[in-house]
Order: sequence, then structure tokens, then C-alpha cells
Amino acid sequence: MPILKRDARHEVTCTLNGETVTGYAEPRLLLSDFLRHEIGATGTHVGCEHGICGACTVLVDGVAVRSCLMLAVQARGRNIETVEGLSGPDETLSPLQAAFHRNFALQCGFCTPGFLTSLTEVLERNPDPSEAEIREALSGNLCRCTGYQEIVDAALGAAAEMRGAS
Amino acid sequence: MKPAAFDFMMPETVAEAADALAEYGDDARIMSGGQSLMPILNMRLSRPELVIDISRIESLDAIRLKDGVIEIGAGATQAALLRWPELNAASPLLAAALPHIGHFQTRNRGTVCGSLCHADPSSELPLCLAVLGGDVILKNARRERIVAAGEFQTGMLTTAKAADEIVVGARYPVAQPGAGYAFDEITRRHGDFAIVALAAVARGSNIRLGVGGVADHPAIRDWDGIDGDDLDDALNAFAWELGGNDDIHATARYRREMVRTLGRRVIENARAACRS
Repeated sequence: MPILKRDARHEVTCTLNGETVTGYAEPRLLLSDFLRHEIGATGTHVGCEHGICGACTVLVDGVAVRSCLMLAVQARGRNIETVEGLSGPDETLSPLQAAFHRNFALQCGFCTPGFLTSLTEVLERNPDPSEAEIREALSGNLCRCTGYQEIVDAALGAAAEMRGAS
Repeated sequence: MKPAAFDFMMPETVAEAADALAEYGDDARIMSGGQSLMPILNMRLSRPELVIDISRIESLDAIRLKDGVIEIGAGATQAALLRWPELNAASPLLAAALPHIGHFQTRNRGTVCGSLCHADPSSELPLCLAVLGGDVILKNARRERIVAAGEFQTGMLTTAKAADEIVVGARYPVAQPGAGYAFDEITRRHGDFAIVALAAVARGSNIRLGVGGVADHPAIRDWDGIDGDDLDDALNAFAWELGGNDDIHATARYRREMVRTLGRRVIENARAACRS
């Protein structure tokens, strides 16, 4: 592969929530900024930009990662899912989103996209998690206003509902 | 918090990466998962001319048992090792330590070898490598060499890796029959950097204890046939030797106390695992 020069914008084509998207990025552009500013998918929020807060978490090839710790050029050919991809085409909330709504698991909503994307992988891997497992899994997502109890309740509620439906 | 500008390449072979390193040397940085390097770039603590992403080199994405060691390629993530079906049998110590490393989202991209190269004094993976007596495989454009864990990490965030070398893999010796292993650490919250991390191996009357987070690199001590108050005295002497520093998270005194109390507990846990 040739060296991608710093002062040029390079083509980045990836799958975003099931659709092929193309944008252009200097090598140093973070995936989080690429999604928000180049593609216009502003559902992914940017908090600390060093991997601590978890607000920018997206799914890359099915696993939750920090989009602030990944370069846009590394996303070439990858399958990216963001919070925008969780609801149905008619904007019906997913069971996880509905559980957040029902349990008052958000106030300002800034951290919510990261919680939802993270929990998407957690519940896929473990459909019947214990409260302790949920708390450990969510240790990498910071919320500064809701408090975690409602978020844990929503995660457990969504898991129960999804088990019942399947 | 955006990185300074750099050129970028994503080679498909180790040779290609090594050639680029031979040309750029100190001005290039290797990246795989980026869970240590990306924060450093974002904070502009490092401003490389070239970032070489080795995560798509297929030959490096491997975890295998080979001649009594677990050989972990530089592309293998911490999550992949945690889900490796043979982990519990091959290395109870790594199985116990891995869940403490960051969060599941950072383990999804963070690699084992990347953590070794970053060489944070409180990191779990360098501590386990040192306690188990493993080593690191380095390559440059001309040759390969193997460096023992004790010689690889030379201090805080520094290693014996030369500017033209890539760490292509690490080798963790598999669990010895009849030996017991234990790991624990103390953190403010789950997934934070360890204030003190401890790993112990017990075998017969032998004890080996490794301590991270106190000195500037993992410190290892072996004892044979001591117990009771003598073991407490030995832990106390070890704690004073390591010293430790005051920082925002804990005092040096607290760190030494953790070596004495948590160290003793981890040793007892390793002994219990040895008996079971």
C-alpha cells in the first residue's frame, strides 16, 4: 500500500448503518470527526477524545470501539454501525432504546449513543447478563447526569424483553 | 485534541513495515490497535512523521500454542486472547489478569503486544510476561531477535526496542503442572490504571511475586520456603526496595502498604490454587 500523504484528503469508503458511504479524510482525521463532519452523521458524540468517556463508541464489524481512538482511513472497507442505525427505518425505537426511554435512563442524552452502542454488543454476546456483568460492561461509559441505576435497569429490562421476544 | 499531521501507511507484510521503519526510524511510529498511541497522538505528546498501521498484516494476527509457550502475534487483540478457547488451561494467570485491562471496548482494539510496547509501569500484560518469564520477538529489515521480558521493559514507557524494530510477537510460557497462579490489582474504578497490580506464582515451597505500579517497571522477587511473619518481613523489605512515588491517585506509602497486604493475599491465593 502506498503512503497516504498528510496534506492530501484520501478517499474513505465504508458501510455506515447498512449503506455504502464515501468521504475524504487526511490521515490524521479521527473516525469520530469523519462521521460527524464529513458524513454528517452527528448521532455519535465526542467527549474526551482519549478513550475514557465512551460517548463516541460505535460498532466496527460488530464490536464496540472508541471512534476517537481510530482514524478514518482505518475504517476503509469496514462495517460501521452508529446510534442512527439502531432504530427501525420508520424510526421505531429498538427494544434497547425503548427501555432507556421507559426507565428514564437519560437526561441530557450526551453519553447515550455510547451506552446504546456498547450495550448492543454486550446483549448480543450475553442475552442474559447479571446486574454485576452489566455494571462491569458499562464501566467504560461515563454519564455525568442521569446516574447509572436507571441505565442498568434499562439494560436488564431490554435484555429480558429481547429474550422474551426471541 | 486532534493529532498533528502525519503520513500514514497500512502495509500487508512485516517486510514492508520494516522497510518503512528502516527509512524513517525514530520519525515513524507503529500502531496496531491504537489504544495507547491514539490518545498520545490526540494529546500531541508524540508527533510522528509516519504512522505505520500493522493491524492488517495477516501473519501477525495469531494466537497459538507452540513448544510450551503461547505465541501471540502483534495483531492479536486483548479481546481475542480473552476469548481464545485454550486460555484458561494454558494460562490461568492471563485469564485472571485480562478482564482488568481497560474496558471491553478498548480490549476490542487494544493488542497484547501494543501494551508491552507502551510499557506503562502499572500495565497487566508486561507484569504477567515478567512473572512468567516470557519474551518478545523483534524484527527489523535484516534480522530477528528475542528479548527476555526483564530486558525488554527498561523503565517507565521505555523498552529495548530499537527505532528500526517491530515487535512481531510475544511468548508467554504456559502454566506449569502443579503450580498455582493468582492476580489482583487495586484501582479507583474497574478498568482504570492499576494503582498497584500483583501477580503471584506458587510451586511447592517456591513463591514468585511480581509487582506493577510501584517501581518504574514490573518488579519480580523469588522466595523459597518462607511463611508466616518471615513472609511479611520479606514483603515489607521488598516494598521499601521498590519505593514508589506519590501521585494524584495514591501516596508512595499506600503503594507500599498494598505490596504488603494485597501481595500477601495474592500469594495465599496462588498457594490455594496450587493445592487445588
